[in-house]
Amino acid sequence: MQAHFDVIIIGAGHNGLVCGALLAKRGKRVLIVEGSAATGGAAGTHEFAPGFRASTAHLLHLMPRALITALGLEQQGLRFAATRMPTTALSAEGNHLSLAADAVAAASPADAAAYPAFTARFTRLAGALRPMLGAPPPRLGTDAWSDRIALLKLGWQVRRLGRRDMRELLRIIGMNAYDLLEDNFSSPLLKGALAFDATLGANLGPRAPGTVLTWLMRQALESADGNTGLAQPVGGMGGLTDALTRAATAAGAEVRTGTRVERVLVADDRVTGVVLGSGESLLAPVVVSNADPKTTFLDLLGPEHLDTGFVRKVDHCRARGVTAKLHLALDRLPAFLNLSQSALKGRLLFSPSMAYLERAFDAPKYGEHSAEPALEITVPTMNDPTLAPSGQHVLSAVIECAPRDLRAGWDGSKDAYQALLLDRLEALAPGLKESVRAVELLTPLDLERRYGNRGGHWHHAELAFDQFLFVRPVPGAAQYATPVQGLFLCGAASHPGGGVVGENGRLAAQAVLAKAV
Amino acid sequence: MSGANGATKSYDVIVVGAGHNGLVAACYMQRAGLNVLVLERNDYIGGAAVSRSLYPEFTYSNCSYVCSLLRPEIMRQLELPKHGLQIIPYEGGCTMMQDGNHLALYDNHDALRREISRHSKRDAEAYDRYSRDVMRQCKFIKPLLLREPPDPTSFKWRDINELLYIGKRFHNMGEERMYDTVRFWTMSAADFLDEYFESEIVKAHFAGSSIIGTALGPRSPGTAYVLLHHYMGDIDDTVGAWGFARGGMGAVSNALGSSFKASGGTIREAASVSKFLVRNERVVGVALDSGEELYASTVMSNMDVKRTFLETMDAGDLPSEFLDQVRKFKIRGSSGKLNIALDGLPEWTAIPKGSPCTRGDMHITDTLDMMERAYDDWKAGRWSQRPYVDMLIPSQIDPTMAPPGKHYMSVFVQYCPYELADGPWTPEKRKAFGDTVIDAIARQSPNFKSLILHAEIRTPWDIEREVGLTEGNIFQGELTMDQLLFNRPIPGYAQYRAPVRGLYMCGSSTHPGGGVMGAPGHNAAQAVLRDLKKVA
Amino acid sequence: MSVKETELPHFKQPLLRTPFHNRARELSQHDSFVAWAGYTTVDVFTTPEQEYFAVRNATGVFDLTPMVKYRIKGPAAGRYLNHLVTRDVAKLKVNRVMYTVWCNDNGHILDDGTLFRLGEDEYWLCSAERQIDWLLDAAIGYDVTVEEVTEQVAALAVQGPTSCWILKQLGLAGIEQLKPFDIGRFAVEGVEVMASRTGFTGDLGYEIWMPPDKAEFIWDRLMEAGRLRGIRAIGSQALNAVRIEAGFLMPHYDFVSAESTVRLGRDRSPLELGLDWLVDFKKGHFNGRRALVAEQARGVARRLVGLDVAGNKPAHSALLYTEESGRQEIGFVTSALWSPTCKRNIALAIVNAPHFALGSKVWAEIYLNRELVWERRMVQAEVVEKPFFAPERRRVTPPADR
Repeated sequence: MQAHFDVIIIGAGHNGLVCGALLAKRGKRVLIVEGSAATGGAAGTHEFAPGFRASTAHLLHLMPRALITALGLEQQGLRFAATRMPTTALSAEGNHLSLAADAVAAASPADAAAYPAFTARFTRLAGALRPMLGAPPPRLGTDAWSDRIALLKLGWQVRRLGRRDMRELLRIIGMNAYDLLEDNFSSPLLKGALAFDATLGANLGPRAPGTVLTWLMRQALESADGNTGLAQPVGGMGGLTDALTRAATAAGAEVRTGTRVERVLVADDRVTGVVLGSGESLLAPVVVSNADPKTTFLDLLGPEHLDTGFVRKVDHCRARGVTAKLHLALDRLPAFLNLSQSALKGRLLFSPSMAYLERAFDAPKYGEHSAEPALEITVPTMNDPTLAPSGQHVLSAVIECAPRDLRAGWDGSKDAYQALLLDRLEALAPGLKESVRAVELLTPLDLERRYGNRGGHWHHAELAFDQFLFVRPVPGAAQYATPVQGLFLCGAASHPGGGVVGENGRLAAQAVLAKAV
Repeated sequence: MSGANGATKSYDVIVVGAGHNGLVAACYMQRAGLNVLVLERNDYIGGAAVSRSLYPEFTYSNCSYVCSLLRPEIMRQLELPKHGLQIIPYEGGCTMMQDGNHLALYDNHDALRREISRHSKRDAEAYDRYSRDVMRQCKFIKPLLLREPPDPTSFKWRDINELLYIGKRFHNMGEERMYDTVRFWTMSAADFLDEYFESEIVKAHFAGSSIIGTALGPRSPGTAYVLLHHYMGDIDDTVGAWGFARGGMGAVSNALGSSFKASGGTIREAASVSKFLVRNERVVGVALDSGEELYASTVMSNMDVKRTFLETMDAGDLPSEFLDQVRKFKIRGSSGKLNIALDGLPEWTAIPKGSPCTRGDMHITDTLDMMERAYDDWKAGRWSQRPYVDMLIPSQIDPTMAPPGKHYMSVFVQYCPYELADGPWTPEKRKAFGDTVIDAIARQSPNFKSLILHAEIRTPWDIEREVGLTEGNIFQGELTMDQLLFNRPIPGYAQYRAPVRGLYMCGSSTHPGGGVMGAPGHNAAQAVLRDLKKVA
Repeated sequence: MSVKETELPHFKQPLLRTPFHNRARELSQHDSFVAWAGYTTVDVFTTPEQEYFAVRNATGVFDLTPMVKYRIKGPAAGRYLNHLVTRDVAKLKVNRVMYTVWCNDNGHILDDGTLFRLGEDEYWLCSAERQIDWLLDAAIGYDVTVEEVTEQVAALAVQGPTSCWILKQLGLAGIEQLKPFDIGRFAVEGVEVMASRTGFTGDLGYEIWMPPDKAEFIWDRLMEAGRLRGIRAIGSQALNAVRIEAGFLMPHYDFVSAESTVRLGRDRSPLELGLDWLVDFKKGHFNGRRALVAEQARGVARRLVGLDVAGNKPAHSALLYTEESGRQEIGFVTSALWSPTCKRNIALAIVNAPHFALGSKVWAEIYLNRELVWERRMVQAEVVEKPFFAPERRRVTPPADR
């Protein structure tokens, strides 16, 4: 049989596109297959009401500058509608707090000195982890020198911090965000907002150990040299993935949308290609999956090609989505109580205290959605009017927490939940409900149905210590290669994790080039 | 060294606090030829390992109540059996459920398999995999217990060597088990147990030891380690076995005290230390509440770090950064305790007649959710409305605890906060807390309330006041990742030495942490002996 | 799922009793019972020697009810099993049995056992260990049901030169037509039983599978049918002797399940146990295949072999050395026996590379307790072919009557 392609990539999410573009640039014949009609996955922009467009992942802040440059995304049309977007911590009473250092100092004198000092040190500590996030995780217990050197490098990065910082990093890395913030700050609003960032993407409230780790990772990527801070591409996140798509095709990759992969073909313990939903077989010695591990291994590949111990690990990989997304089409700008219009160009967090956030995360433990949700709100049309008809607006909100497996089931509960969310928003921005023209609420179950990520978790595999680095997503598949020769992972469940990072795709491409073709 | 006839006796080492770790350390140092004085605030020794007679003819282990973590090496080296210590293993264990069913744990493997099979046949067999994996991890951790943790930031030969030792042991586990270690040390007990069991009651039963004494719920990452920590004990080479000290937990302290005195050591009770005396950045002795001053060039504190450094020292004697870290040390109390004298043996509706499973630890809980909600209550600053209860009736096995036919019952309660959201503890609130627990037990035992002769109710606040454990935390500091191994108690000070020369720490605040294990005392003594060149 | 209770609750009587328990107790002169897979079974009825010779000379009857049995059913049963075990299950025809092993991801043996194909999509897996936990995880993604049926089936092994004759007497008409590893269905006075020409003795023999409530009835009829041909109940000691002669492996003696090892390096692969013939690398992927491919390429580090030991003292638990001086340790004996039939001192042993080649000479360190005085002997042993005893009658169809 003759191979049609060198590499077939399943899924044109941002990681699949990054991987495909990089491999195509290296002269590989690449095919990127996408089940939906458009590329981008959760990092795309979709029309949720006539004339109103929104992105499920609504802020770009983790993708390394170097990757954007290497892929020539700006040449491919990537423009930013906003960068370094400020964050405002909302309070129900209207005593909002801007997270800019001078604003914090003014609002909370007790935190005036601590905040910049803490941020500087935290950024420094996070910086020590950055090289690790941009390199493939080493394997443990092997005799390979490459793994040993990688481990030593990891140790060296931490050691380079110097004794004081190293000790502090080794102490806080296993801590919970709650205690760390409690030790350093006094303003509940400040602590609540910072804890929100620490827990976003985890399935753990701020009191859970491990939430400093997730926060450090976020900080490491966000604070890298040349990064744009919180940014909003023109055209929404789809602006980024469209540029990625163009970069891939420009490099010679073929992108086929509306084409579902049915399964991965294996012969003689080697991947040979994929079978499409249409029944057509496409041949390639390498297949890279942008899908989550359960979909990849259990559905597309099938357990018959894997050992039971490995299947057991895949089965145990946790991906319980607790984050929902709300998109509102508004006929006018929302008026938040006591909030300047310019703040709407930035990000609004509603997590008024750590106890509040902790309670929001308590609900899903019992299969309930939180009655008092924590919110991350943007009004993307403030920076990019093209996303809505003239003079009208989009409100985009990330919602913590609503579990995929709602005990009462989503079918009968979604309307009530939507009403609850609108009531909460109305309380923060009186008059908002009246201006709502259309609503799109995506529960984790909806996200799963739309993007095919089993469990409905944004990061395909929850970010936690035991699903991090060389154990992400599962031991035996943490270095992008899988037990089946020629099959690789590049999705959010691989190292370094979820969010619009793109490093997963880059490192997977590197692994493909090193191991195969 | 020693003066004539004790009149002006001077000491090489003063140990502050006659808890089990202080006594263990004192024994080792005395046996190595140092002259050691142990000072105890109470008029009895033992700290939290005590047997107390608070009701006529009854003996209460009114704080700690089980003995399994005490390292066998220590028992042997200090000749504790010769000094009267006998450890009798549990004969079972069980968890009672609200619906009248139960899960029992039996020593006999076949009985156990059939018992778990009543709830899930699959879990009965998964239990073997679970025990094996836990055993593998314990085999890795155990040798580390009696060793001084290395300082990973140090370039000293000793630290590098120790890191290599740990690294080598880790490497020798093989790739798969290394990942297991990484995962088990960081997972939540709930996630950990989910990987083995399907039945709620089986998971709830094993999750019990993951929350005992901790300020975390079973769904909090890091609790799988606490679970492992409780498996670290062994009785006569049976890993994970739990037992009673004959005569109550005071028997441990008394044997230690006796061993110490037999080797020439001195204990002074009712001698409360008010201050560590520091001159020229060196400890020189202690001052007592009475104003008396005692001098020694080496002083060791068995108190927790907060009590040692924040309450018994002048801030000026310590580096400010160190003090700051001590203030940040997490030591929240989360457990309560009831000690009950019973007129007879309670009947349990959930337990079949004749089952030996009551001759061990008995729990009341149904599901992980129930335990997690109990934790949610604690987070909100109230005691658990449906608490996790760990009961023990040692007098069924140990004839010394109560008159014939009558029984002593120890009830450990998780969770109970040190500070209540609605203001300080009062006698009324303490009683209400006790009633919550007694009601929970009475729901499982119709005759329980009528059997109660006397009940002592202890909240974390009481435990702090009586035993001196800050915030009533039974481990002298939470067992979370940021407070384990080289981070315990304070990064950079995990090697038992305080920032002031001559001052050492030996309490459970130090590695490897709480439980009546004795390892911190042993390790601290080794540090002193090494510094004084008493050993190679 | 509930476990069938004995008269006393499990916390008073932890071991189950097989349906033959009352009959066995009547015959057991020593009252010598041992625990086996959660049941109590007879170790010795009269003497191990008498029972041993019953198998080699007439017929021994062994209660193998405690053998763990799983019923595996469903459209994907064959594919599921082919992924589970090392042999090619596609080659197993309906009404045939195969001996096989199954491994974990590392290619280390979890258990060995026999696989019965009872129908197009229905199998039995008989094993030494309970392992529903593994079997169910292995079923992820397969349309198959796995159910333990140990307590729903009673079983007797009827083994020895007169076994075919006795079973014919019992009324199993046509049993002589069963070839080794065949399955047949018969009726004894209207009671349906299944018989397979299988066993753990290396001799002519059958295993009879029946409903538990008919167990005593079949036992009685069988003993009556064999009365004139030397039938005798045997216990596990005698069975152990004959299985060593046959070169069969016994879990817990010759290997331990990789599911139960705590220490590194205690697991065994089928290649190490000399079971290469059970591993079909050509059939596609199966559990442990990748690890076994790598091990085969690397060469095994140790191997289980047969030893012919000098002298007549069984080399129980003996350590093995290259030289009489005992300087270099190269392995250990796992099972040992003075074979009464072969008149050889035989053993199964794990021997490190390269000393496991046929014909290699090693030294065994044997400790003997002679009137309470322990003596140490260094004796030579040679790596020899297994099985030690393999009579032609085990294969002949139809078998002779005696």
